[in-house]
Amino acid sequence: MIGASGLLLAGLAPARATEDQVAVLIEKLVGAAKPTPGRVKLDLPLLVENGNAVAMTVGVDGEDGVRSLHVFAERNPLPNVANFTFGPRSGHPRVSTRIRLATSQTVIAIAVMTDGSCWSDSVDLLVTLAACIE
Amino acid sequence: MSRVLINVPKSCKKGDILDVKVLISHPMESGQRRDEQGQIIPRKIINKFTCAWDGEEVFSADLFPAIAANPFLSFSALAVASGTLSMTWVDDDGHTQTELVAITVV
Amino acid sequence: MMRWVALFLCLAAQTQAAPHSGYADASAPVRAMQDDDTANPGFLWVQQGEGIWSDAGVPTGHSCASCHGAATGMRGVSARYPEYDAKLGHPLTLEQRIEQCHTERQGAAPFAHESDELLAITAFVGVQSRGMGVTVDASGPAAPFFDRGKELFTTRMGLLNLSCAECHDGLAGHHLAGATIPQGQPNGYPLYRLEWQALGSLVRRIRNCLTGVRAEPFTDDSTDLVALQFYLGARADGLKVETPAVRP
Ligand code: HEC
Ligand code: HEC
Repeated sequence: MIGASGLLLAGLAPARATEDQVAVLIEKLVGAAKPTPGRVKLDLPLLVENGNAVAMTVGVDGEDGVRSLHVFAERNPLPNVANFTFGPRSGHPRVSTRIRLATSQTVIAIAVMTDGSCWSDSVDLLVTLAACIE
Repeated sequence: MSRVLINVPKSCKKGDILDVKVLISHPMESGQRRDEQGQIIPRKIINKFTCAWDGEEVFSADLFPAIAANPFLSFSALAVASGTLSMTWVDDDGHTQTELVAITVV
Repeated sequence: MMRWVALFLCLAAQTQAAPHSGYADASAPVRAMQDDDTANPGFLWVQQGEGIWSDAGVPTGHSCASCHGAATGMRGVSARYPEYDAKLGHPLTLEQRIEQCHTERQGAAPFAHESDELLAITAFVGVQSRGMGVTVDASGPAAPFFDRGKELFTTRMGLLNLSCAECHDGLAGHHLAGATIPQGQPNGYPLYRLEWQALGSLVRRIRNCLTGVRAEPFTDDSTDLVALQFYLGARADGLKVETPAVRP
């Protein structure tokens, strides 16, 4: 069992990411431009039965001018989840996938627009059974 | 070669927005797990996915170990003219796989 | 697994309700994953199974398709498995029936238990019966296997000294550390379990429960393990086949 070996090796367990780490990653991404809450929508269940595969949709509704979308999980061992970019042949700036969540936490989405503005959304969720990523 | 399931309409009208759904069989080994001996199981994930229509970019993704095993991606493409939708992904071992879907736009 | 220990504190009468699929106990996102074939990872195995169905690269050169024709001819088959085999005098699971064709009629070495190949071909045969009611015939000469299976289902085992029935009849619908205890129905197998991050068989699922109560797992293909699956099949009477289902 992963849980059991995790206990034995607690001292060596990978450190969790922190809010600060995510803040640094976001700053690297958007520079001085502070992301404003709004426009981008992050969809995740609030209650997660199993963290191994959590359905996630992120997108900017009915809008052009989205350069990229970025998702971070504050309390996963590694905070990056995914970066998405939309080319000239893309339809809607929206994507669905399935992600791993190590524990209950806040997941943050950032949208970087072609006009240079940055938008954010976040979801606080509860994970009953964590993903086996530790 | 990974098993893969791609769902996209094979024909559509000009200006349609097509839903593209992709499922790829891949363990997405996170590099965070340990085996029974306590050794880290080496990371092996698909780290890059791109989709283009006749060479013009539709969508691309940088993926991290937080993406679930057997990754699923659903996005959309704008139908401008008949052509080939190509999807390419690369994993940590450098394996590259490309799948092509011909789409008729009327 | 510690969460299972909490059950010591629970006491409930053992009543057997009408069959009710584990699908109904899963959360909405898990059900949505099962409902959409283009998002259900189980279909990666179904696709692989389709390839095996028409693969003539076996010692006898006979693909499954060369004898059985189109796979749609398998519609209804998985709904009645495990099935009593009169010649052998005992029930066979669908996996065992497929292995029988694979070794005796294709001259091949058996697929390994729980291998992607065996799961894939079983899922491919199974999906043909999707939506049909489970009808396992436990009458006549098959009755002793049903009885044995029921006996195992109701026998307390493991360090936690719990029977399958105490959880899956008595406590079904109750909550165990955030998860709903299902009735333990077999109608979705092989299925994609998020916990496994893969497709797995009913045997693998039963092993998980045995480990949960800290009991010795049955050996592969043991008569008891088949009898237990036979009982589960008969107990699931009328439930729709969901192969490949998705469970947490
Ligand atoms: C050489 C011909 C042949 C080949 C090849 C063959 N089968 Fe069969 N299969 C049979 C026959 C004959 C039966 C009926 C056996 C019986 O009733 O004892 C059967 C029975 C079955 C059954 C049970 C059907 C029922 O109604 O209960 C399944 C399932 C099955 N085969 C699957 C497969 C699969 C999957 C493959 C390929 C891996 C395969 N078979 C390859 C001849 C073949
Ligand atoms: C301590 C309670 C408990 C006992 C005892 C137990 N199980 Fe389970 N079983 C569960 C729970 C809880 C689940 C749901 C999955 C989970 O969260 O682990 C489950 C799931 C299952 C499933 C999957 C149902 C589905 O919808 O896919 C089957 C089949 C099953 N059990 C069979 C058995 C059998 C057979 C036994 C006896 C050998 C047994 N269980 C003993 C608690 C138990």
